[in-house]
Amino acid sequence: MSTTAQPASTATEQFALRRRSPVQRVQHLLHSYPAISPFLVLVISFVVFSAINPRFSSANSLSLVVQQVAVIGALAVGQTLIILTAGIDLSVGAITILSMMVAAKVAEGGGLPGVLAVAVAVGLGVAAGLLNGALVTRIKLPPFIVTLGTLSVFTALGLLYSRGQSVQAVDMPALLNWTGETFRLGQFRITTGVVLVVALYVVVGFALANTAWGKHVYAVGDDKEAARLAGIRVDRVLLSVYTVAGAIYGLTAWILIGRAGAASPNAITDANLESITAVVIGGTSLFGGRGALLGTLLGALIVGFFRSGLSLAGVDDQYRVLAVGLLVILAVAVDQWIRKVKA
Amino acid sequence: MSKRTGRRAARMFAAVAALSLLATACGGGDDAGDDGVAVSLITKNSTNPFFVSMQEGAKKAAEADGVKLTIAAGKEDGDEAGQVQAIEDAIARGDAGILITPNGPGVNPAIKKARDAGLYVIALDTPPDPASTVDITFATDNFKAGELIGKWTAGQLGGKPATIALLDLFNDKIVSVDYNRDQGFLTGMGINTGDAKKNGDEAPSGNYSGGTYTIVCNEPTNGAEDGGRTAMERCLAKNPNVNVVYTINEPAAVGAQKAMQAAGTKDVLVVSVDGGCNGVQQVKNGVINATSQQYPLKMAELGVKAIKQIATGGAKPAVSGGLDFYDTGVALVTDKPATGVESIDTTEGAQLCWGTA
Repeated sequence: MSTTAQPASTATEQFALRRRSPVQRVQHLLHSYPAISPFLVLVISFVVFSAINPRFSSANSLSLVVQQVAVIGALAVGQTLIILTAGIDLSVGAITILSMMVAAKVAEGGGLPGVLAVAVAVGLGVAAGLLNGALVTRIKLPPFIVTLGTLSVFTALGLLYSRGQSVQAVDMPALLNWTGETFRLGQFRITTGVVLVVALYVVVGFALANTAWGKHVYAVGDDKEAARLAGIRVDRVLLSVYTVAGAIYGLTAWILIGRAGAASPNAITDANLESITAVVIGGTSLFGGRGALLGTLLGALIVGFFRSGLSLAGVDDQYRVLAVGLLVILAVAVDQWIRKVKA
Repeated sequence: MSKRTGRRAARMFAAVAALSLLATACGGGDDAGDDGVAVSLITKNSTNPFFVSMQEGAKKAAEADGVKLTIAAGKEDGDEAGQVQAIEDAIARGDAGILITPNGPGVNPAIKKARDAGLYVIALDTPPDPASTVDITFATDNFKAGELIGKWTAGQLGGKPATIALLDLFNDKIVSVDYNRDQGFLTGMGINTGDAKKNGDEAPSGNYSGGTYTIVCNEPTNGAEDGGRTAMERCLAKNPNVNVVYTINEPAAVGAQKAMQAAGTKDVLVVSVDGGCNGVQQVKNGVINATSQQYPLKMAELGVKAIKQIATGGAKPAVSGGLDFYDTGVALVTDKPATGVESIDTTEGAQLCWGTA
């Protein structure tokens, strides 16, 4: 599942490594394995929160953390892909809500069968991602501007289409709610939605680490011009990234319906920022080209640990917001520091 | 391949542009006679079903009374500039009055300008701060709405200890709807509250009117299903024996119920406020046990009628006794009435509800 930005170091690099100071060696290690620092943060927060309230480490509480971060964790997969190409996606939440509202409405009261409704959700996600990608690659607009614009467009369409009304689970086909069904795995309670998210990480993680497409994504994010000179069709890679991300958002819409028990245009209000937060805390560079999907998973879990841990410790929720903010700054600072040694 | 994608993007652009043109064209509907009384309705946004219902109520009343109605709205909650523009338009048009759900203090100066120009201004649902900015406010008594579900809950418990989860709207903003409903609920339960404008400062345990109580949590939900679920999960993590759940609105209650189903929690009283058609349906389904219903349609109807009356030389409306606004009423909707608490059943609630089911 882990992917690293850099190919295995060459013999000369290894030679150089031996002559580095310990600090430089840590720097190099962090550079090669971007998931290390979020992993350490996750372990430390686990130990600390368990010490404060032993309930935190109970199977029940951990199951809930996983269920709670599943939706943002899934969206963060798409966000990671886009950030790896040195882009950013502000339309994550808007695309998800639009997909969700349309899927729920077309299936409401036995309109369309569940399978088709899920297909509609994913298809809309693909279409929205394709639009983002086309605007980035064909009209050469910066991703920030493109997705800032489509954020408004998709949000408005979602609200206009649903008239601000939510669709209740009881009015939808069972398949749309299937992602919310729970089963036991030993002491843990898992939802099918969580299983889908794990599968998503495995599939996309594999594609990033082991396919030519994955290497191209990293190469484009690292240096567009170099990638172009190396014969990579940069625009095509970018278009594919936005499209795949869109498909992931559509799939997440399905997971969100199962979790919330309804399709509501007011859901996941902070999805954009939370998904970016998970990616950044997970060690993926906002400047593109370096990062790992495993890190994103850890980043999402860290945010979930802080939420649950501080809540069980009886601490005001604003301290969670404060702590996560500091973590984001720290993560970007570490990224900059790693970058310096490379130069 | 590349050209085709470009064309596709261009076509989508065109579609979006056409859509926005259409929306603008629809915005300026004026279709009544020129000598009638003119009224503007300005809501916070035009997508929330609560405001959509308000618009429908105003249209109905305007048609019945021969009033020329102009409907405007902010682009979103908090869009003060959009509302200021709509107020200026109303003054320029020479309307007799304005019905407004103010988006914030930024519209106060514009409201003052309108009143100086002789327009009668009625706030709907949300009183401005200070309330004296407008001539009068027509709103739900949110404290009373909370009190009704609190009394009902105390009645249903029949002396059993209450382990309460409070699922509020926000924890980072102080909103009158939020604290009025929460504090009203606790007061209805017979629990002493601290600061009337603050959630969560009451004693965590003590006595309610029927026995002892423990408050497990005050969690924010953003008034949506996913927020309600996460909030309830956090409460259950703190104390799995919750048997009373207060929710700020019905979507939050649906999410909370989902969390309890997953945790296998049973025999819990879930109460809420709003009374939208979806919400009443949830009461019928047993997801929610009781909800307090408010009447946005009535607010707008009464508002249009009041301005028509004043413009044709009639009397001005007066505030309800003991309140600084005109109470548009609230009713408890439940299929399990409690003694001493007046209520209507879901069939009647469904006839009075707002927003399509």
